[in-house]
Amino acid sequence: MRGHLIVGVALSALLVGPAAGQGKPVKIGFVTTLSGPTAVIGNDMRNSFEIALDHLGRKIGGQPVEVIYEDDQQKPEVGVQKTQKLIESDKVDFIVGYIWSNVLLASLKPAVDSKTFLISANAGPSQLAGELCSPYVFSTSWQNDQTPQAMGLYMNQKGVKSAFLIGPNYAAGKDMLAGLKSTFKGQIAGEEYTKWPDQLDFSAELSKARAAKPDAIFVFYPGAAGVQFLNQYNQAGLKIPLYTAFTIDETTLPRQKDLALGVPGAQEWVNDLPNEQNKRFVADYKAKHKTGPSFYGAQAYDAAALIDSAVAAVKGDTSKKEEMRKEMEKANFKSVRGNFKFGPNHMPIQNFYLQDVVKTGDDFVLKTVATIVENDQDRYHDKCPMK
Amino acid sequence: MGLLFIEQCLNGLQFGLLLFLLAAGLTLVFGIMDLVNLAHGSLYMLGAYFAATFAALTDSFLLGVVLGLAATLVVGMAVEVVAMRRLYGRDHLDHVLGTFGLILFFNELVRLIWGPAGMSLIPPAWLNRSIEILPGVPYSAYRLSIIVVSLAVALLLYMLVMRTRIGMLIRAGASNREMVGALGVNINLLYTLVFGIGATLAGLAGIMQAQIQTAYVGMGESVLIVALVVIIIGGIGSIRGALVASIFVGLIDTVGRAFLPDMLKLVLSPAAASTAGPALSSMLIYILMVAVLVLRPGGLFPAASR
Repeated sequence: MRGHLIVGVALSALLVGPAAGQGKPVKIGFVTTLSGPTAVIGNDMRNSFEIALDHLGRKIGGQPVEVIYEDDQQKPEVGVQKTQKLIESDKVDFIVGYIWSNVLLASLKPAVDSKTFLISANAGPSQLAGELCSPYVFSTSWQNDQTPQAMGLYMNQKGVKSAFLIGPNYAAGKDMLAGLKSTFKGQIAGEEYTKWPDQLDFSAELSKARAAKPDAIFVFYPGAAGVQFLNQYNQAGLKIPLYTAFTIDETTLPRQKDLALGVPGAQEWVNDLPNEQNKRFVADYKAKHKTGPSFYGAQAYDAAALIDSAVAAVKGDTSKKEEMRKEMEKANFKSVRGNFKFGPNHMPIQNFYLQDVVKTGDDFVLKTVATIVENDQDRYHDKCPMK
Repeated sequence: MGLLFIEQCLNGLQFGLLLFLLAAGLTLVFGIMDLVNLAHGSLYMLGAYFAATFAALTDSFLLGVVLGLAATLVVGMAVEVVAMRRLYGRDHLDHVLGTFGLILFFNELVRLIWGPAGMSLIPPAWLNRSIEILPGVPYSAYRLSIIVVSLAVALLLYMLVMRTRIGMLIRAGASNREMVGALGVNINLLYTLVFGIGATLAGLAGIMQAQIQTAYVGMGESVLIVALVVIIIGGIGSIRGALVASIFVGLIDTVGRAFLPDMLKLVLSPAAASTAGPALSSMLIYILMVAVLVLRPGGLFPAASR
């Protein structure tokens, strides 16, 4: 028995030893939501990540690659478990994904403590851009406040004098409404936070919005909740114009349809952005999946490209973490957004666009209307100790 | 302010009556068959998916609803015959385990058949609009229709239980099951029927809710918890209790959600109020339940036999 134990220990020491790089596959863990009403988002991210791997010849930085997808069920406690599992038992080199800010915040510590690179392909909680920033954490999405900040600027352009804000009561919801308030110059007629993710009936909030008689309503309801909100907004017969962030996208449009027409949104990526990388991504995605990708997918695609650049720079030796970090800070990859660079806190500095829904035949598609803000940097980078 | 209060009360009433449909079936099954049925929420989900599918197939909303209800009735009775019958003689823990298994089974089944994305059921144009209920107060015609339909169903259920032979047997079964069986009534058939009625009511609730929230996998679980709160407050086995308690719960939940954060702002700082408000208002119904359990452990309308 004792002998077995010693052999076992010796064997595992061999396995985890510094068998540097060459030939050993790069291991990537992917944490996203693959079950429940928001699984459609997780599927879009996975599909896009796979398209990126196809484009890279099923290799990362020229090395063979193994991707392990994990379902966080949209729950912080499940997300952190899956993150720990990927780090401790799968020993991944990178962790990618995270749709939800509360799931990411819960999962951050194990990644940072073990110095495993974490690439957020969606969630952008303010803490991550500020005091919790880390050399091992990058984002290929945005900081939460930025998209609604762009929407606030657009609402100023439209001469909106007062707005009623509605959003879910969790990390991202708070950031989103704070972001809007930081740029919107009009008066805030009211602010409502709903229980997340299980409150899907917004009757009380819509009634209050109507009673407050604002010029506009601003909402942030990602995923299926966006479908439900728009449905109820329509049924309530509100005549108050709606402005949105992360409420209308390719994953929700097939069910929002006409209700989404004429409802503006802000986004850092739109499917019609005119750069070569984006055209290839969108065309190949459509050919494979019959529908178009969403911004969630675009961010996952960029995450694969970012990791590719880092692994290529160290020629597959993923133990050279410092070098990989420095390479990633250069953002030396072709983003489907075109213009893309990192701030000192590893958050992107990028453009935000105004998008609108158009109907072509029986299909509803998003298109870019205008650039709201160029090279926007998040407003928390000063709080990040990394310079 | 007055108009807003009326509107919020209507919202609460609508939510409460929807809960009643779910709670009525739950309390019937619990009270008469002494069966804890956690899978009640799955029947709610199935109703929504069936109606959405049939409405898309037949291109008719009403036909979709009718066929959806019929399909839920059939599935409900089949579940009773295949699964529930084996649980009657056992204790409540076995009921919980067995019906929890059914939840997982139905969730996966729905995911397999309809996919993970969920389905929309769009009400016809004559319902999908708003009407002016008071001068200057438009209200969703669809939500009004939920109130009307639920009240009609409550009345029908009352007539069925109090004025018909089947209802008499149901009441007799609730007070003494063995005696009803000994008198030569086919108790198995009665149970299947009661379970089927409960399933259909849950299906109806699911169908109506699907047009507000869309149909999705697992939609029954969160609402089932509230429905359980309702039957505990109302008194297990009592339909009258379920009606009163569900209207109570609906009003407290909605009106609390609407006004509590604003009231907190009077005593707390705005930042603290905006954090505490939503948290506290989502606790209100559970506080109510605890209060009822302390003051009247049998619920507001305890069934006479217990």
